[in-house]
Amino acid sequence: MTDSLTDKLQVIFPDFEPRKVLDYTVLDVDSEAIPQVMKRLKTYPDLGFSMLLDITGIDYLTYPQRPAARFCVVYTLRNWKKNWLLQVRTPVADPDRGVESVAHLWGSADWAEREVYDQYGIIFRNHPDLRRILNHWQFEGHPLRKDYDIFKGQVCYQADSLEKEIRARLTAKGIDESTMQDINTEIMFLNLGPSHPATHGAIRIFTALDGETIIANVNEIGYLHRGFEKTAENRTYNQIIPLTDRLNYCSALMNNIGYVKAVESWLGLEITERAMFMRVILSEFFRVQDHLVCLAANLVDMGGLTNYWYLYNEKEASYDLISRLTGARLTSSFTRIGGMYRDFYEGWENDMERQLKDIEKGVNDSLKLVLQNRIVHDRTQGTCVLTPETALSYGYTGPNLRSTGISFDLRKDDPYYNYEAFDFCVPVGSYGDIYDRMMVRFEEIFESIKIIRQAMKMIPDGPVFVDDHRVALPPKDQVYNKIEGLANHFKLIFDGVKTPAGEWYDGYEAANGELGFHFVSDGSGTPYKLKVRPPCFYAMGGFHEMIEGEMIADAVINLGSINIIGGELDR
Amino acid sequence: MALGLEAGLGDSVLTTRLDEIINWGRQYSLWPMVFGTACCAIEFMSAAASQHDISRFGAEVVRFSPRQADLMLVCGTISYKQAPILKRIYEQMPDPRWVVSMGACASSGGIYDNYCTVQGIDTVIPVDVYISGCPPRPEAVLDALIKIQEKIQTESVLVDRHIDFKGILD
Ligand code: SF4
Repeated sequence: MTDSLTDKLQVIFPDFEPRKVLDYTVLDVDSEAIPQVMKRLKTYPDLGFSMLLDITGIDYLTYPQRPAARFCVVYTLRNWKKNWLLQVRTPVADPDRGVESVAHLWGSADWAEREVYDQYGIIFRNHPDLRRILNHWQFEGHPLRKDYDIFKGQVCYQADSLEKEIRARLTAKGIDESTMQDINTEIMFLNLGPSHPATHGAIRIFTALDGETIIANVNEIGYLHRGFEKTAENRTYNQIIPLTDRLNYCSALMNNIGYVKAVESWLGLEITERAMFMRVILSEFFRVQDHLVCLAANLVDMGGLTNYWYLYNEKEASYDLISRLTGARLTSSFTRIGGMYRDFYEGWENDMERQLKDIEKGVNDSLKLVLQNRIVHDRTQGTCVLTPETALSYGYTGPNLRSTGISFDLRKDDPYYNYEAFDFCVPVGSYGDIYDRMMVRFEEIFESIKIIRQAMKMIPDGPVFVDDHRVALPPKDQVYNKIEGLANHFKLIFDGVKTPAGEWYDGYEAANGELGFHFVSDGSGTPYKLKVRPPCFYAMGGFHEMIEGEMIADAVINLGSINIIGGELDR
Repeated sequence: MALGLEAGLGDSVLTTRLDEIINWGRQYSLWPMVFGTACCAIEFMSAAASQHDISRFGAEVVRFSPRQADLMLVCGTISYKQAPILKRIYEQMPDPRWVVSMGACASSGGIYDNYCTVQGIDTVIPVDVYISGCPPRPEAVLDALIKIQEKIQTESVLVDRHIDFKGILD
């Protein structure tokens, strides 16, 4: 399929040579051509890249084969209908001149470009609001530049006021003081967060209100920015796995799987059958866990505390199985590059089946309280509607995107780990309101359970780790008795798993949407650069579009319904 | 059997020291303010849920308003961007107030030894009890709660706590 994309690109952009990396296409473009190329990519019906998944920068300062330009900006685009994935790369020699912004084409570019600016100091010309996003406003320098010392912390003495930004947003919406005088009222400014029960973590939602109606909103994130990407540049590939636990900590194991899947795709490693099935079972089990927490918290925000007990208690009960398997309740670190840390324990099938039954019961009990509940309906139906166009433009993925009626799921559309062999549906919504988002998650729980049951029947016996000395630690008797074994062990631990030099991206359908990893390898055992494409970040980027015009109380439950997890949002 | 003065007061009057009675009250009705920022907060949710049931220790009235709380639980990583907010919330809590630092991140920066993470919240606000773990188990939260209760027992209502604390934001 991608071949036809390459042909099309060659015809439309004769000046640039598209090339294939893994199973997607890369187009190298001059920075001056970016506005025109990006516009065509989005608007030409033949190309139709309606989603801008991610933008990231690369600093080649210490890269062994250093290109002429120190910086590079990479855009990751998707045409969901044809399942095309395309990366557009452009060299940036002078970061102060930078590249032209594409924020007028895709909503997601707004925050994505701000992040690149914040982390790398690359300017995006004509960006509507180019300022820091993850680091605080008093920060100096750009942390992901290779000459920024990882330990150089900078104290922030005061929170940002955001007043300028909200006024700009009001102006953009055509509201000024005179409008307010006409209707005899005053704008009230209200902060939700960063420390507020409704924000489920640390996000600042700043609103301008007319009575209880939100007329403008700007959001501030970055309160949980923990330097994942910079830290990853200083760890070996396997050492990064514990860091991925802490991205979306409600489904830690899914991040583990998404991450190793991305590394393995570059190494060309084919993991064993059993490991593949384990990953499917655990992915789906953790998808259920993630949805349970999201729905439980969402319903609490609405005042339905009973639902919380029905749903969260099942999550709590699942920890028995999880900790027995992985040794940890929350931060599992259960995968390794090349397979799984270890096999299932004996008798896991019974535990799993029992747990699935309990989850079904808990979810059905909760549904009984919700499905026919007039209050829930009134509060959720028709509120905070997300249109398919907005969702695509802002790069929504996962359940949030599917709630708008767009049936895109990597498990179906770009299957990995034999997902095509399983019988399951992709639930979609029809209105894109809060109700749809909740119901899509409820349904996905049942679909995931279906997949787990099928996989449990089909899972073959066998090893859970590939037999490949590039990634697998040698058996202990060889380490203790043979010099080759010892050397191999030593090298794998100290140098890490070596990956061939190059750059690649790989996406994975996590509970919240497309979790992608963009790597730059210099051939060593440590990534030269690792960028996460976090589904939450983009969901939050379009949040204001959903809540403007709605009531303040709806903003609270809307935040719960798109499932923002701080660890992944801010990394 | 009452002796001395108490003997003359009859059955309906108890005598005790002021510290004793106030601390007894404070000890068993801690109102936590959860400053949850990251993964550790999920484990706090578990500590509050039915299985571990924090209400057995009299601390189930979780407040998100600092003005109604006397126990601050910092659950999660505190970045430099977050630090001024943490300090402000702490200052909004009425005295006496106790602080538990939950998890490796809050206590020392944890695995995030880098440019954006505060290397221990005790550089920003005074801390009474630290919990190790990444994340700590819910039982450890309960343990910390008991430690705070023990600590309260030894304190005097006449002494101001942490008056000479000076953090990086002071
Ligand atoms: S200590 Fe560990 S679990 Fe707790 S917030 Fe830090 S990284 Fe998360």
